[in-house]
Amino acid sequence: MKLNASSLATDRNRVRGLGSAKAGTKHFWHQRVSAVALIPLTLFFIVTLIKLSGANYQAALGTVGRPFFALVLIGFVLAGAYHMRLGMQVVIEDYIHGEVTKLVLLMFNTFFSAFVALASLYAIVRISLGN
Amino acid sequence: MANARPPAERPLSPHLSIYKPSMTMAMSIVHRITGCALYVGTVLLVAYLLALASGKSSYDSAAWFFGSFIGRLILFGYTWALMHHMMGGVRHLIWDTGAGMQPGVRDTIALATLIGSAVLTVVIWIAVALS
Repeated sequence: MKLNASSLATDRNRVRGLGSAKAGTKHFWHQRVSAVALIPLTLFFIVTLIKLSGANYQAALGTVGRPFFALVLIGFVLAGAYHMRLGMQVVIEDYIHGEVTKLVLLMFNTFFSAFVALASLYAIVRISLGN
Repeated sequence: MANARPPAERPLSPHLSIYKPSMTMAMSIVHRITGCALYVGTVLLVAYLLALASGKSSYDSAAWFFGSFIGRLILFGYTWALMHHMMGGVRHLIWDTGAGMQPGVRDTIALATLIGSAVLTVVIWIAVALS
């Protein structure tokens, strides 16, 4: 076993510089970036929902079909799905210690988040194009 | 392979049984709980958008559900969870800059998270009622 003066990591891992979580600061940074994006997106999303509340079918189609509201919804859903995937990943890693269960749940987290993003995107695009 | 031996039984430090509950502690776990609730609740948004994309009868069923008492209750809860998680996120972003960690200050901003989210929720639902 080779003992480096400052680290017990192997040479390769030392060069990679990613630390014991194997991802460096990527997760942290992406969580912050998506969080900052989600502040205005959430506020606009709320405005969109207020506009949609009580709307009949034609009015709802008209609203979601307009570029501004469609883009707000798409932005909110995509940033939100990514942000929630990262957040839930941390929750799973914190509480689940059985290796197999943890890996299965981490995969399911990714699949669920992807489903939310794709299904919403599909619906919004279909509504926009159908108008 | 990792985990080949069963982990040794070692004593754990007490935590929940000895810590005096504090505002910052409570807001931290509520931030996680609201995050998980929002994660699960995204299916509501997906269901609504898919219903709108699927034609008038699907949309009318969705609108009926969300306009019902239980639907509005769920939406109200989701609004509060969203606002609280957003305010908590802002608190984390403030901490990321290094500010606001001193005793007293951190309790004040924790309380501001709670009050701010309640105020925002009420304002939003007043706007819904007026629209």
